[in-house]
Amino acid sequence: MATRPIIAEEVPAARVRGGDAPPGEPRRIGYVYLIPALLIFGAFTLVPLLHAVWLSFFQWDGITAGKWVGLGNYGDVFSDPVQRKAFGHALLLIVFYALLPTAIGLLLAGVVARTHVRGFTFFRVVLFLPQVVALVVVAVMWRMIYDPNDGPINEALRAVGLGGLAKSWLGDFGVALPAVGLIGTWVMYGLCMVLLTAGVQKIPRSLYDAARVDGAGPVREFVAVTLPALRGEIAVALTLCTIQALRNFDIIYNTTKGGPGDATSVPAYQVYQRAFETGQVGSAAAMGLTLAVVIFLLSTAINQIAERGSQR
Amino acid sequence: MTSRREQSFTYALLGVFSLIALLPIVGIVFTALQQKGGGASFGSFDGLHFDNFKRAWQDGNFGTYLKSSAIVAVSVVGISTVVSILAGYAFGMMRFRFAQPLFYIFLLGLMVPMEAMIVPLYYDLRDLELTDTYWALILPQAGTSIAFGTFWMRAFFRSVPPSLVEAARIDGASSWFTLWRVLLPLAKPAVLTMVVLLFMWTWNEFLLALVMVTDEGLRTAPLGLSFFVGRNQADLTLLAAGAVIVAFPVVVLYVFLQRHFIRGMVSGAVKG
Repeated sequence: MATRPIIAEEVPAARVRGGDAPPGEPRRIGYVYLIPALLIFGAFTLVPLLHAVWLSFFQWDGITAGKWVGLGNYGDVFSDPVQRKAFGHALLLIVFYALLPTAIGLLLAGVVARTHVRGFTFFRVVLFLPQVVALVVVAVMWRMIYDPNDGPINEALRAVGLGGLAKSWLGDFGVALPAVGLIGTWVMYGLCMVLLTAGVQKIPRSLYDAARVDGAGPVREFVAVTLPALRGEIAVALTLCTIQALRNFDIIYNTTKGGPGDATSVPAYQVYQRAFETGQVGSAAAMGLTLAVVIFLLSTAINQIAERGSQR
Repeated sequence: MTSRREQSFTYALLGVFSLIALLPIVGIVFTALQQKGGGASFGSFDGLHFDNFKRAWQDGNFGTYLKSSAIVAVSVVGISTVVSILAGYAFGMMRFRFAQPLFYIFLLGLMVPMEAMIVPLYYDLRDLELTDTYWALILPQAGTSIAFGTFWMRAFFRSVPPSLVEAARIDGASSWFTLWRVLLPLAKPAVLTMVVLLFMWTWNEFLLALVMVTDEGLRTAPLGLSFFVGRNQADLTLLAAGAVIVAFPVVVLYVFLQRHFIRGMVSGAVKG
């Protein structure tokens, strides 16, 4: 074996033994342990990913021979109004899937930080519950809730004399996208709350005592103590929720199928539609990869901002 | 410490948001328990009637769907758990050339959503004549699950005190023996958390099943429900019963192992 590459994170035990031998075993056996993972992951994740890149350079209907179009499909992602619109919708959904749930989570974390809540485990279990229900079930559930005829929202509006506001929530061009977005809010806020309250419990009590000695009220205390201490958790919450917002396929497919018109069409749904319904396979691959890049860039950005903030 | 009024405000706030989280779920369970066609609407209640579940199970084919889901979930979780433990052990405890770049490739798999891979996956598996088999559902999910599992188990093995492994090594234990006899007993909580997360993700997966499977007998529970909705628009109570059946296994697991679910998700777990 020639020189070992310099590894950033050294295994601690190595230092004791002169930095040469890792704990456990001679190095090469490591490859043997990796073989099954590399085989399955390589064949069914990595190869399809590379194949997607290849497909994205073609105009292909899935049956006849494809035509090489280079980066044309990527150009379309930005220039084609339908695709641009889908990405626009996805960005708007981030407000409902990520910003709103994080705000609710912060509110709850803020109040929990100030008092000892009895039965907190119970609240946590309940608030987190929407996260474990299959999104198809969530979609079915909310279709019933939004039902224009006998859905509880419209019934309640009629009951209090606001029947004029009752509408087909998922079928109305104006409100369908926010209506779908609110489903996402419902799914995600418990996760944010649990994440942020877990962070709150790590804040030293002395910080709060100090703030109180200085005469800080609940709001000052939240802004001066809780919020800065939760920077890392906020970043994680925003990242997780943003990924969820951008990947949103199950809910769209099972509530609106992108409709009415294309009012709730999102990139994930477009990928499916193009590849398996309208025979634009290359375009679908390009869109899927663009979505992956957007997800990567946004999560990197969120974490960069959080880290830079913490160095200040 | 804090005033009574503030205490009550805290409980009120937690209560309201807990209620919002719970109401749609309670609503659909109630709907499922109503009499068929009795003018039932979402969330109304007229006593307990379990025959919707029976109808959904038999006429709605949910028995078959659950069987498919169980086969796929058990296979994916089984394969991924063993393979991830091995790979996590290598990345977490051994040093070899290209360990770092190889690990980054796995991380890449963690970040890429299924949406980016689904198109070529379909054509690749069709060429292998694997579409419309359980393999088309198992293998791709095993791939992304292994990316997550490897990441997860590596983090665990990094947290093990090196002295422990040193001691085993000095006693002449092989790396294989050290893994299964010395380290795995310690890894039980980490492995259990991984297992519940993988089970939940696999059980709830929709897009892959939608694309890969057309055979009614192979449909998983979420996919079956989605088609069921298309066929039974009018029968609200039956639909609700189907939805409850699909969600039930994961929710029950959650009730018993909630700490594992929450710990896993709170640590920022995502899967491609």
